Amino acid sequence: MNRKIAVIGGGAAGLEASSALTSLGFRVVLVEKEDETGGHIKNWHALFPNRRPGVEVLDALRSKLGSDVELFSGKTVTEIKPVNDRFELSSADGWKTEADAVLLTTGFSLFNARKKEEYGYGIYDNVITSAELESAFSTGKIAMKSGEQPKRIGFVHCVGSRDEKVGNIYCSKVCCVTAVKQAIEIKQYLPDCEVFCFYMDMRMFGRHYEELYKEAQEKYYIQFIRGRLSESTEDHTGKIILKVEDTLLGKPLKIGVDMLVLMVGMEPAEITKNLGTQLGLVSDSDRFLVSTDQHISANISEIPGLFFAGTCTGPKNIADTLADARSAALAIAGYFDNNHNKS
Amino acid sequence: MSGAVEKVRFGFSVNKDRQIDYDANLKNVSDIVQKAEPTFNLCISCGTCASTCTAGKFTDFSLRKVILMVRRGETKGLENEITKCMLCGKCQLVCPRGVSTRNLILQIHKALKTGAL
Repeated sequence: MNRKIAVIGGGAAGLEASSALTSLGFRVVLVEKEDETGGHIKNWHALFPNRRPGVEVLDALRSKLGSDVELFSGKTVTEIKPVNDRFELSSADGWKTEADAVLLTTGFSLFNARKKEEYGYGIYDNVITSAELESAFSTGKIAMKSGEQPKRIGFVHCVGSRDEKVGNIYCSKVCCVTAVKQAIEIKQYLPDCEVFCFYMDMRMFGRHYEELYKEAQEKYYIQFIRGRLSESTEDHTGKIILKVEDTLLGKPLKIGVDMLVLMVGMEPAEITKNLGTQLGLVSDSDRFLVSTDQHISANISEIPGLFFAGTCTGPKNIADTLADARSAALAIAGYFDNNHNKS
Repeated sequence: MSGAVEKVRFGFSVNKDRQIDYDANLKNVSDIVQKAEPTFNLCISCGTCASTCTAGKFTDFSLRKVILMVRRGETKGLENEITKCMLCGKCQLVCPRGVSTRNLILQIHKALKTGAL
C-alpha cells in the first residue's frame, strides 16, 4: 500500500505539494481549516508582477489535485503526535487521521494594522490595508467612506515589517512590489488620482519587479518618497495628514492624502505557532519555524518524518512558495528512500 | 511712572519652519519639466550623477537633490543653484535609468523662468 502523507494547510504550498506528492506515488490527505482551499490567494484580485488574476493560479493549482488527494476542509488540526514512526493527527472537532509523514504548509497571517496605532487604522475612516484595497479591486469600486473618489492616495511600506516596536524585525519581501502593483492599479482605475509611496528601501528583488517599478514611474507618474511615516492625523475636512522625513532631501515633509493604504506584512499564522508549540519545534526570534539547515535542508524539521513548505518558514512570494512545495515533496520521497521508516 | 513701556528685545525669534509643506508648494515647475523631459520621472535618487559631477566637487550642487526639490515644489533659490552646472554631460553617461540629464537641466532652467510665479 502506498504511503500516506498528511499535508496541513490548503494554500499555495499545500496544493502544490499535494499534487507533487501524488505524482511521486504517495497518497495525500490534505487538511484545510477553512471551507475552501486557496489560502490568501483566494482573496487576492491580481498578482504581481504581471497583474494576472489570482484565481487563474488557484484554478491551475486546484486542477492538478488528482483522486489520490483526499481533501478535508473546515478542519483545524490541533494535534500531531509522532507514534512509532507514524503520526496521529486530530482536529479541534474530534476528527482523526494517521499518516506516514506530515508536511506543514500552514502559512502566514497578515499583520494586524491596529497594532500600529499611530497610523490610524481603525481610527480614521480612510485608512485601509493592502488586503482591503485588493478586495476593493475585486469589486471595482475604489472610494472613500463618503463615497467620493480619492484624489490623492498614499501607500505606506513596511507596516508590521522591519519594526522592532511591533516585534517584527524581518522584511516581509512581498509588500514593496505589491505597493507598486496596487499603485499602478489605482492609476488604471482613477487616472487623475495622485499616488505616493512612502518607503524605507525599495526591495524589488524578483524577476520583472524592477521593471514594474520603472513602469510605475514612467507610465503612471507614481511618486516614491524615501521616508517612513511617523504618524498620521485627520484634519477637520477628513484629510489624512502625513508626516515623514524626506530622507533624500534631509527635511521633514508634510502632505495630505484622501486615502492611506497600509502595506501589511506577514507573520506566522496562528496555526503555525500553535502546532509548532504542540510539537516542541524550534522557532526563531521571528517566530517562524526553523529547518535543520536554512540552505541545504530547508524543508526538513528536527522531527523525523515532519516537513515544512511555504511561508511557515518565513515570508515568500507565490513562485518561491510553489518551488518550496515541490522541493518538500522531493525531501519526503528522499526520507522514505533512505530506508527510514521501512514498512 | 507713566508713558509707553519700552519694548525689551531679548534676542529671541521664531525660526522659519524647515518642513516641506507639500500641499502648500506649487508644483507647476515639476509639471512643466515632466512634460518637456519625461525621463525626469525615472530618477531613483541613486546619486551617481552627483558623484561624477565636477561642479559638485567644488560646490554643493547635486542634480539628485535638484530633481527632488523640483518634485516637491521647493523651487526657491533653484534658479541660481542650477547655474552651477556646466552641461558637461558626464551625469548622462553614468545614469543607470537613462535620464536625459542635460536636457533636464535646460528644461528646469526654462520652467523656472517661464513657469514659476
